[in-house]
Amino acid sequence: MLQRTIRQLAIAFFCLVTSAANSFELTEIAPGVFVHQGQMALMTRDNAGDIANLGAIVGEEAIAVIDTGGSRAEGEAFLAALQQRSTKPIRYVVDTHVHPDHIFGNIAFKGTGAVFVGHKNLPRAMATRGPHYLSSFRETMGDLVDDVILVPPSLTVERETILDLGGRQIVLKAWRTAHSDADLTVLDRRSGTLFAGDLLFLRHVPIIDGSLLGFLAVVDELRAIEAVRVVPGHGPAVAPWPQALDAQKAYLDHLTRDLRADVARGATLAESVKTAGRGERPAWLLFDDYHARNATAGFAELEWEAP
Amino acid sequence: MSPWTASLPARKTPHESAPEGSRSGLLRLRLATVAALCLSAGVAMAQEPKIDPWPGLVTDIFHGRAITPHEGVVALDAPKRAEDAAIVPMTISLVEPALRAATLVIDENPMPMAAAFSFGEGAGVQKIETRVRVNSYTNVHVVGRTADGALHSVVKFVKASGGCSAPAIKDQDEAASNLGKMKYREFASENPALHEAQIMIRHPNNSGLQMDPITRAYIPAHYVDKVEVRQGDALIFSMEGGISLSEDPSFRFVYKPNGAKTIRVEAHDNEGGVFKGEWPIGGAS
Repeated sequence: MLQRTIRQLAIAFFCLVTSAANSFELTEIAPGVFVHQGQMALMTRDNAGDIANLGAIVGEEAIAVIDTGGSRAEGEAFLAALQQRSTKPIRYVVDTHVHPDHIFGNIAFKGTGAVFVGHKNLPRAMATRGPHYLSSFRETMGDLVDDVILVPPSLTVERETILDLGGRQIVLKAWRTAHSDADLTVLDRRSGTLFAGDLLFLRHVPIIDGSLLGFLAVVDELRAIEAVRVVPGHGPAVAPWPQALDAQKAYLDHLTRDLRADVARGATLAESVKTAGRGERPAWLLFDDYHARNATAGFAELEWEAP
Repeated sequence: MSPWTASLPARKTPHESAPEGSRSGLLRLRLATVAALCLSAGVAMAQEPKIDPWPGLVTDIFHGRAITPHEGVVALDAPKRAEDAAIVPMTISLVEPALRAATLVIDENPMPMAAAFSFGEGAGVQKIETRVRVNSYTNVHVVGRTADGALHSVVKFVKASGGCSAPAIKDQDEAASNLGKMKYREFASENPALHEAQIMIRHPNNSGLQMDPITRAYIPAHYVDKVEVRQGDALIFSMEGGISLSEDPSFRFVYKPNGAKTIRVEAHDNEGGVFKGEWPIGGAS
């Protein structure tokens, strides 16, 4: 009886493990520009942390990778898929910010000889948040976290840095605190493709882990970037630019308006979080997973504005 | 648009790591399957506290004195789920008017004693709201002390939501540049015999638990450890706290005015920082 139960459990476990071995899809959205679209989900052992959009830009001489995924396993699958598409060396691995779904895969690229690049605040953000990420994601990722070693950038971007991939220049821009306090965008000048990282969410509700007001301001500044298409941090692999900013802007505006009104009338944080920005719910996926957190952080920020 | 697929590397399964039939292999397999079932069922079984730290905390914080679980003396309003684990509102209501002190304990936090409040005699504090960090799934206790010295407790279970809600500072540069700034607000009160006000203090409240992986040095703890709020010279409340309080500590409270013209606040941090503020009473916003 016990043997039989164990066997059944073992089969269940095996199915679970197999389902984690998802296929890794890499799509060429413009000549030499590749994107992997992450799932619209939270990071779990089941999806191996594969929830963020990842990218690669291939020049005449070398490749730049933009974000590496939410686990070493995903990073390894990304590297394998990329090596099938180009034999050129990976010269740069660019991290758009500190969140685990974008950087846990770094370790898979450590052996390629690539230079790791990030916002000037990224080393500090990795140092202060890294240990917490490694422990807290164990709850949902299980032993997949065992393989993750955080790799901080050795090249940091203070304002703007141009990297050359051989006949192909990419512009890295560091932003003030918005989605996080280490947001970096990558513009491929040749194809007019902007990798926005998590400064742009589509369909997946935006996440505010930096500053609500900063995020709003940066959305307006992003509009000035001359691009024809954008790869958001979460959502479809590619979208038209700059119209792709509109829905996110509406969300952030709506939330800010409601929170300001609540702060002005003296509502408590707990009260405000129950109602502020709720009207946006039908427009977004994962709203219930992130919206209340956004409202909480936004309230704590905006109440410093009040008289 | 040309899709490309490659497989994620297969995960090592437990029965590859030990000879089949061996006792240790069997044990490992069973543990792994149980863990897998917990995950697949989407149940947070493994996250429930395994050893209840509360008895030890009663010894450490309350010197082992008897504490009566009692709803009628003190009440705690805490969210069932911590939406932003770095900013979790906690509201303590003092049901018993003779209550002299209330201590907020977050059992599973690295520094469980979040805030110990003492109330001024005659200050009539009825309610106090603050915000804390919640590190994991945890019980939260409030222990109230009545004038006769007896201790009474209430408890709530709070789930800290995972994801990227690290109990960390959202904008580290801003936190450093605003250190010690204070803000005072007064709220319109329906009952003229009571006032409601809020004190906010800009402070990163660094935990000291974060290690820089490059230098292998801990980032020093830097937090507000004492706050005193007075109307005129009379104490409304004092607080001793630690790293479980949120960044930018906030206290919103209901008290009985004594006719004083100003509210005075003095806050201290563990590095010797002293922050003072004084505001006229009566400017409800």
